Amino acid sequence: MNLSVSIGSLKLKNPVMTASGTFGYGEEYAEFIDLGRLGAVVVKGLSLSPKEGNPPPRIVETAAGMLNAIGLQNIGIERFISEKIPFLKTYDTAVIVNFFGDSVEEYVLAAEKLSSVKGVHGLEMNISCPNKQAGWCVFGTDPKVTREVVSAVRKKTSLPLIVKLSPNVTDIGLMAKAAEEAGADAVSVINTITGMAVDARTRRPKLANITGGLSGPAIKPIALRMVYEVYKSVRIPIIGMGGIMSGEDAVEFLLAGATAVAVGTANFVRPTAAVEVLDDIIHFMETERIEDIRSLTGTLHAG
Amino acid sequence: MSRSFKAEIRENRPVNSNHNLLTLAPLDIMVEPRPGQFYMLEISRGLDPLLKRAFSLFRRTSDGFQILYRIKGKGTSILRELKEGTLISLLGPLGNGYPLPAENQAALVIAGGIGIASVFSLVEKLEKKAHLFYGARLGDEIFMTDEMSGRYRELIVCTDDGSCGRKGTVVDALNDFLGHASLEVREPVIYACGPQPMLREISRIAVAKGITAYLSLEEHMACGIGACLGCVVKTKDGYRRVCKEGPVFEAGEIVW
Repeated sequence: MNLSVSIGSLKLKNPVMTASGTFGYGEEYAEFIDLGRLGAVVVKGLSLSPKEGNPPPRIVETAAGMLNAIGLQNIGIERFISEKIPFLKTYDTAVIVNFFGDSVEEYVLAAEKLSSVKGVHGLEMNISCPNKQAGWCVFGTDPKVTREVVSAVRKKTSLPLIVKLSPNVTDIGLMAKAAEEAGADAVSVINTITGMAVDARTRRPKLANITGGLSGPAIKPIALRMVYEVYKSVRIPIIGMGGIMSGEDAVEFLLAGATAVAVGTANFVRPTAAVEVLDDIIHFMETERIEDIRSLTGTLHAG
Repeated sequence: MSRSFKAEIRENRPVNSNHNLLTLAPLDIMVEPRPGQFYMLEISRGLDPLLKRAFSLFRRTSDGFQILYRIKGKGTSILRELKEGTLISLLGPLGNGYPLPAENQAALVIAGGIGIASVFSLVEKLEKKAHLFYGARLGDEIFMTDEMSGRYRELIVCTDDGSCGRKGTVVDALNDFLGHASLEVREPVIYACGPQPMLREISRIAVAKGITAYLSLEEHMACGIGACLGCVVKTKDGYRRVCKEGPVFEAGEIVW
């Protein structure tokens, strides 16, 4: 049975990754699962300087999902390199670093810094976090700006470059196309969907940030539709994510067009979720007699 | 021995109209909990509610432990219906417990409402050393006092309406206590768990008087293991995770 897939020049031993922001820096989960079983660990988004994040309450549970407005709290690239990479390097898994900046220059500097680090196998550009001030979000919602920032980063890194797309757009296929034309090796589809929750009695929003990003099983149908649209629009591989709780969920994403998948909110529900999804996929392939995981991608029988 | 484990429900009984006591027996050898630590419980196998729920360790038993919980929302309403023999998944013990006092220190343990769930095992551990202040709005929200009898040095019960113990809050009682602080209490250490306004007031008193106070805090939590960064509180060193650096924080560190 073949489980390995390729994301640009990066070969993953299997298609199961962790979604950035739901897996810390990997170490939080090492007590519960063998990180070496994962196709890739995608770490919490990093910026050049540390970020404090938003005031609490930062999360609230909603029907079959949750809203978060963490505000990109992170320890900064320097500390990540000195404190977290040595630990991650001890595992036989690909380490993909999610990163962001407040300007094109910051994106480029961050990518340059990370590209020279041994133990970083790929980069994922976050151009789509919903919990930042207006202005920032244009990186992920205006195809011209997406093209500009991805091109600038592409010129400065030879690492496999993944662009994480925002679902908060009218035509996600267009955004994927912009990323592809600017030299991205793959796209992650999707980031969280902007939402909010209100307390009827106190008449207050349940998040201090008022709005947040919705994740979990509640968004899976939207995520599947978007993977399907992106698949029709670009040739580069798609990493599908959005509410994956089981191996069957993961297979649905592969059929819709994904080459790999990322497990996100499920990691919060059960720290063992990512490896359970992998075991589920293997079991599915055995019972369905599928020899090669790659044979599933984009094979939806539609119309 | 893992902090991700399954346990069987031995008992899930009401202690009053809106509080239950859950007795759990892990299927494997459990990691030994310390007073002040907590567990994440899987309430349902379905997708709604999705996340595990955090509960303080109430008390260690011979073959497991207990959780005392208030029925407040969707999760706890489902939890109260779970029957004996049901298997549930848990994570824990999580977080840091209460640092124990030194030999010469006097422990002033303060519980507001369901905060008793967090400090009960501390009182037990302190073996009759604790001066326990236990407050609630109404008398029928004071419970477990029989189980605790003989385990503290002194119990001061307070209710807002005076229907049980003295009339007033635990903060009033603490102030009185410290005012007359006789003598026997040379070097007090405060331990507290309860509603945020209570903790804020205790923190203010402790800082003003230069008394060390350990407060157990609550925040919305998704993972319980330090990954989601959801459950932060503001401290002098920036945001800290309740699940990982807490839930017990020293009063002087917290920025209210």
